[in-house]
Amino acid sequence: MGKLNPVYWWRLLLGLPNDGLTKTLAVALLVALASAIVVSTASVHLRPMQEENRERERQARIVALVSAAIGDAGPLIARVVELRTGRYSPDIDPVTFDQRAAAGDPARSIAIPPEADIAGLGRRANHARVFLREVNGKIDLIVLPVYGQGYQSILYGYLALRGDFNTVAALSFYEQGDTPGMGARITEAAWQANWRDRKIADDGGSPKIAVARGKAEGPYEVDGISGATRTGQGVTNLLRYWLGNHGFGPLLDRLRKEGS
Amino acid sequence: MPGPYTKTLMDPLIENNPVTLQILGICSALAVTTSLLTALVMSAALTSVLVVSNGAISLIRNHIPSAIRLIVQITIIASLVIVADEILKAYAFETSKRLSVFVGLIITNCIVLARAESFAMRNPPVPSLLDGLGNGLGYSLILIALGSVRELLGAGTLLAVAVLPTIRQGGWFEPLALMLNPASAFFMLGFLVWIIRTVRRHQVEEPEFRPRTTGSKAG
Repeated sequence: MGKLNPVYWWRLLLGLPNDGLTKTLAVALLVALASAIVVSTASVHLRPMQEENRERERQARIVALVSAAIGDAGPLIARVVELRTGRYSPDIDPVTFDQRAAAGDPARSIAIPPEADIAGLGRRANHARVFLREVNGKIDLIVLPVYGQGYQSILYGYLALRGDFNTVAALSFYEQGDTPGMGARITEAAWQANWRDRKIADDGGSPKIAVARGKAEGPYEVDGISGATRTGQGVTNLLRYWLGNHGFGPLLDRLRKEGS
Repeated sequence: MPGPYTKTLMDPLIENNPVTLQILGICSALAVTTSLLTALVMSAALTSVLVVSNGAISLIRNHIPSAIRLIVQITIIASLVIVADEILKAYAFETSKRLSVFVGLIITNCIVLARAESFAMRNPPVPSLLDGLGNGLGYSLILIALGSVRELLGAGTLLAVAVLPTIRQGGWFEPLALMLNPASAFFMLGFLVWIIRTVRRHQVEEPEFRPRTTGSKAG
């Protein structure tokens, strides 16, 4: 048998004493390799189904958020929006669109200029997926994904606005890692309920919506959570960013014009 | 007269049950038995991991250097657990979320490593597969028993189907909230061990120490 025959080498390896250095290294390497192949094959094959499950859960969460705020959510239409122009992008499938992945992809995202980056994001995707509910051909509810830097984690949530695009129907955070019992209380239903019917801005002005330090005053504020000033500031910043000109501002302007 | 294969398969069910006799895998047995469904899914996951890991380790048992024996076993077990976890996330998403970390923690479940180290390393593949299946089923038996009783008494349901109409739904049954706490699984496991050891007295262990007052020496 030729020395190039792999069967020869395989037999040679199996014949080595088990406790020798060569065999120990070879077995370790082969077991690691085989395990890596098994794990990555399973992971790659199952990823699409897992994504689908997560997507279904995300949809269910949005429906639950909207239902909790205003009763029956009804059918929601998903749309991908180009943030810069505020126009819909019908060429992007809203089911598979992943805003987080897009935000990390230089080809599909832009760097936020430092003076506009109040939410501490660094980059944002060119597009975002919003959900609409229409009644008699008019939008009476729009759900916007919002996220931004909290105290020690990124806060992810959904903001639902009514048909005047200036009144909050609901705000719900679904992912955060701020201090349990303090900043993390932004996920509590009791605090989130405060957002209902808050106004975003006065006539034509930039967003004034905010988490107050302490008691809320006026239609633009909600009560702060004691001990969570920085988280509250983060919520204020992310709402103002996403409702401002660099966020969903162009979309909301367009919808306001079309609606009136 | 049962053959050796039948004995390998049947022994761990009650006679040599990994949970009630060897007291292994307790952590997950307490954590996932609040409902029958999670208990069933966890049982299926552990049994499949145990069968495949026993088979794979037995296949290569003659070529595992003793210096890296445990690490090789753990690598194989960990890979299988990751695969099981991924499969659950794809096909049983809701249940996998309720099981949370406990599927991943099969890696540290003593039963799997114990069977690999004490059986699969010394026996050919077929008995090893049967041993894995037997021990997996023995674990499953306990989980299913605990899960059924806890869900039935804690929520009045079985597999989320109402069996005992609760007061809240206009029936007569007041759910025992204690049953949904981990502590209740401890009590029930204790009762189960007690019952089994009352019927099968030879399972009762010799005390490690005897009190001095009896005059006999520690045995």
